[in-house]
Amino acid sequence: MDISALTSVVISWQSLVILAVFGITLLIATYSTYAERVVAAFLQDRVGPDRAGPYGLLQPLADAVKLFTKEEFFPAGANRGLFVFGPCLAMTTALMASAVIPFGNTLLLNNGEVVRLQAIEVNIGMLYVFGVVSLGVYGLMIGGWASNNKFSLLGAIRAAAQAVSYELAMGMALIALLMVTGTLSLREIALQQYDGLWNIVYQPLGFIIFIVCAFAETNRTPFDLPECETELVGGYHTEYSSMKMGLYLFAEYINVFVASAVMSTLYFGGFSFPGEHLLYNSLTSSQGELFAHNVVTILGTVVLFAKIFFFIFFFMWVRWTLPRFRYDQLMRLGWTMLFPIAILNILLTGAFILFFGSKEPKREISKEAVPTEVRTVARR
Amino acid sequence: MKLTNRSKHLEKKPMTLAERAYLPAILTGMGITLKHFFSKKATIRYPEELRPIAPTFRGLHVLKRDEAGRERCTACGLCAVACPAEAITMVAGERKKGEQNLYREEKYAVSYEINMLRCIFCGLCEEACPKAAIYLQADKMAPPRFERDEFIYGKDRLVEPVDPNARSKRGIQLTAEQAEALARRMAGIE
Repeated sequence: MDISALTSVVISWQSLVILAVFGITLLIATYSTYAERVVAAFLQDRVGPDRAGPYGLLQPLADAVKLFTKEEFFPAGANRGLFVFGPCLAMTTALMASAVIPFGNTLLLNNGEVVRLQAIEVNIGMLYVFGVVSLGVYGLMIGGWASNNKFSLLGAIRAAAQAVSYELAMGMALIALLMVTGTLSLREIALQQYDGLWNIVYQPLGFIIFIVCAFAETNRTPFDLPECETELVGGYHTEYSSMKMGLYLFAEYINVFVASAVMSTLYFGGFSFPGEHLLYNSLTSSQGELFAHNVVTILGTVVLFAKIFFFIFFFMWVRWTLPRFRYDQLMRLGWTMLFPIAILNILLTGAFILFFGSKEPKREISKEAVPTEVRTVARR
Repeated sequence: MKLTNRSKHLEKKPMTLAERAYLPAILTGMGITLKHFFSKKATIRYPEELRPIAPTFRGLHVLKRDEAGRERCTACGLCAVACPAEAITMVAGERKKGEQNLYREEKYAVSYEINMLRCIFCGLCEEACPKAAIYLQADKMAPPRFERDEFIYGKDRLVEPVDPNARSKRGIQLTAEQAEALARRMAGIE
């Protein structure tokens, strides 16, 4: 193979985007730990960590150094292989999920190249995200079981039971959304909201179900039963120390980031923002189409991150407001409230579509063989 | 059977739909926490910021000098007697010839030690002193240390310096070895 062709494949803009997505995910997860402590402090009338660097911004670094230098502890009778595998799996699955999230529309380069601001585009993006995220619970289960500790095992069992109960309602909420959008591709869903209203308008009930389930999926308060310090010491990570513990905590924050990104994309318009057509048209007349498209794309990415940060804040805000659910309350909420409401939501959505017609005109557009990027440019 | 008339009738109504849906209550709670998010913080960033101290605060002791710069203490021991915590020890000595500019009276304290771990900062030594020699300062506290024996303050750390401006510079009194070790450590960091 020609060497220049090879390098152009490896060092293409798209591979840079993949690296950037990976890096940004890790960076945001790192600073989520800092943000969590600051938000917690502010909600409790304190100031939080402010000693390491200006405003305590180097705190995550200090935490990482601390975790790396701690003793690697293996409990007696633990299954060593699985004990190490658990946190690795949790981390890997958490990181995998951000691959399909569209962080922006496309950038058009001068040489006619089109760069998607998304690591990989798959037409079943939504299924992929939920498949990968539900794999994450295996990390918790394996870690909890391999610890050879009853508290860990209880935490693992809770994690599994919780994941099963809440994924059901979450899937149902998504089915209703699917009926509205007609596609599983996260990018398509985001692009659809370019022209019309955000999906939250069509699916308010579905969104509430989804966000409650997202809290359960990411094991955040009020559904942090798997770790539950007051009952189970540390739950599934009772026996973990050093960076293995760090990986579990890190995976949780990555999950929060992914959940926030998915919620912004599915229900809050993704990288679309009000007034983008106005901006696009005025910029096209003055600066040309290429420039206008790129400016709108970059602004859209900024807006998407603003939405994501809001949801990350929301996760923390809820954590420091609500107490933890009791185990039976958790199960009752999942099975006797969220699940029936989710089914009702599907029925209602179906009835609306039947009587008022579906939210088009994107149905016939997505049947065209034109690539998405080109279509959005043409549609304006 | 009703024994008294003081029993209260408790109503246990079934929860309304809004209560059972949790969400209104959750939103109210989140409003409360958000209010706290923007409220004034109670934290005092200690080394930079200090809690305001009352003018009558009883802090670290000082052994005063008179206008001529002579130590006022005559080692009479009344402060040690008055001390309820038995924190004060002293050894008295006789003033030699040529030391008139150092000590006000013919008898003086050769050593004067206060154990800050025992001291309860009641100020009774101050009241007992007939020579107005010992005072508890309002603006200075015994700082935390790592070693127990560092809390035993001798004359080196208690007696007021001759130059009143030197007071603020007076910090933890280190021995020569300690000072050297500290200097070496600081050089290593920078």
